[in-house]
Amino acid sequence: MSRAAIRFDNVTLGYDRRPAVHHLDGEVAKGSLTAIIGPNGAGKSTLLKGVVGALQPLSGKIGLAEGARSRIAYLPQAAEVDRTFPLNVYDLVAMGMWSARGLFGAIGRADRARIEEAIAAVGLAGFERRPIGTLSGGQMQRSLFARLLLQDASLILLDEPFTAIDEKTTADLLNLVRRWRDEERTVVAVLHDLDIVRRVFPQTLLIAREPIAWGETDSVLRPENLLRARRMIEANDPFALVCDRA
Amino acid sequence: MYELLAAPFVEFDFMRRALFGGIALALGAGPIGVFLMLRGMSLTGDAMAHAILPGAAIGFLIAGLSLPAMTIGGLTAGVVVAILAGLVTRYTALKEDASLAAFYLLSLALGVTIVSLRGSNIDLMHVLFGTVLALDDAALILITSIASITLAALALLYRPLVMECVDPVFLRSVSRAGGPAHLIFLGLVVLNLVGGFHALGTLLAVGLMMLPAAASRFWSPDVTGMILIATAIGMVSSAGGLLMSYHAALPAGPAIILVAGMAYIGSLFFGREGGLIYRLVPGRHLEA
Repeated sequence: MSRAAIRFDNVTLGYDRRPAVHHLDGEVAKGSLTAIIGPNGAGKSTLLKGVVGALQPLSGKIGLAEGARSRIAYLPQAAEVDRTFPLNVYDLVAMGMWSARGLFGAIGRADRARIEEAIAAVGLAGFERRPIGTLSGGQMQRSLFARLLLQDASLILLDEPFTAIDEKTTADLLNLVRRWRDEERTVVAVLHDLDIVRRVFPQTLLIAREPIAWGETDSVLRPENLLRARRMIEANDPFALVCDRA
Repeated sequence: MYELLAAPFVEFDFMRRALFGGIALALGAGPIGVFLMLRGMSLTGDAMAHAILPGAAIGFLIAGLSLPAMTIGGLTAGVVVAILAGLVTRYTALKEDASLAAFYLLSLALGVTIVSLRGSNIDLMHVLFGTVLALDDAALILITSIASITLAALALLYRPLVMECVDPVFLRSVSRAGGPAHLIFLGLVVLNLVGGFHALGTLLAVGLMMLPAAASRFWSPDVTGMILIATAIGMVSSAGGLLMSYHAALPAGPAIILVAGMAYIGSLFFGREGGLIYRLVPGRHLEA
């Protein structure tokens, strides 16, 4: 058993043979907090999709710690939930019980207590019966974090969790991230706010289609690295040749 | 009152059978309609209803107005079109609604042509608009079996069906049940349409599915409530439509759908969940 929660082995991910993430090597240690940063179009979300298994690598291999595939919790970028669906906060959060109860398992009294607890932990007590269509952006994100809490996952992937979220909500949700760290869960989050990265995430991966730097946050966030990332070309060369790097 | 509401059913066997068939249909079609609507597939139901026609027509061509032949034909055609439309959407640039519209026009024209090859205009009317007043034992058993299968299957698939509507990415991240659940659901849609087709014909079968479902959206803020309300509206429409057709000498199938349609329009105006009147005259705003 290695200490790695995720191992990238010369991974290239992309769409239609065009790479969005190029030749990534490295490990995310178990129980670590890792931020993924980089400009728009750098391949950050693509990388998470690869880890979840929603996207097969074009080449290379993504290895997960034993049995981890079933214990991943993934929070995609905000837009994915159909907010017009007639569903209340309680039921949305209760979906997090899927990993424990599956298709047919009954939600018992203890489970209901856990659901109430998760809703309270994100500060939404009293909102259980509110339709999700009436929630603000911040409240919606809180509910989704409550669902993550219930998933009891060993690896938690967050895609821009604090975009368009106010300071108070961000601070509350960051406390949950710290709680996950204390429970020795692995958290990987795509972020844009470098201030949050410095404060909360000890490890950082800076990518711009290719990995620019990966390691201790302070050493990654040096001006020369950030500048290199910013120079990344939004390449979509119609005459691109087949990549022959090993 | 008795004369108006009960006497027709007490006196006439065919009215009782029609009422029984209508109630059984509503049991299955109500929940199916709600899920079709929530999944944004209201028109899919319509298209599949038409898709059944050529299959049923081929059954008719081979065996005349025979229940098993037309059922098997309709089921086959429905499944084939559902799969074809799915494939066209997945592998070509055409969006699903366009490919469904294409299939449904084709099916309708093909079906009518096939029926006309052998039958009279009366046969054609049977196939298009059903024979709710002439349901025999076999047809009733078929309809009730379909309703039972539907309710059992929906109970089993409830979680993945709801989750796939709300948050498909989440469902995919925790389970592979989404795909199979969707296929089984499409199968249930076809089954219910074939059941409805014997009573209401291919053109109106989908009416008892979508109209109560659309009406229920105006009364309930959650899925369970919508399913119960849609089923109830379907049942009441069946009874109301049959009574209307009896007293006013109207064709029974269209009368049932008309009553369901009135329930929809009434809900549209008076519904508590976003009905028109509630929207226009919301009352003064609250403190918090």
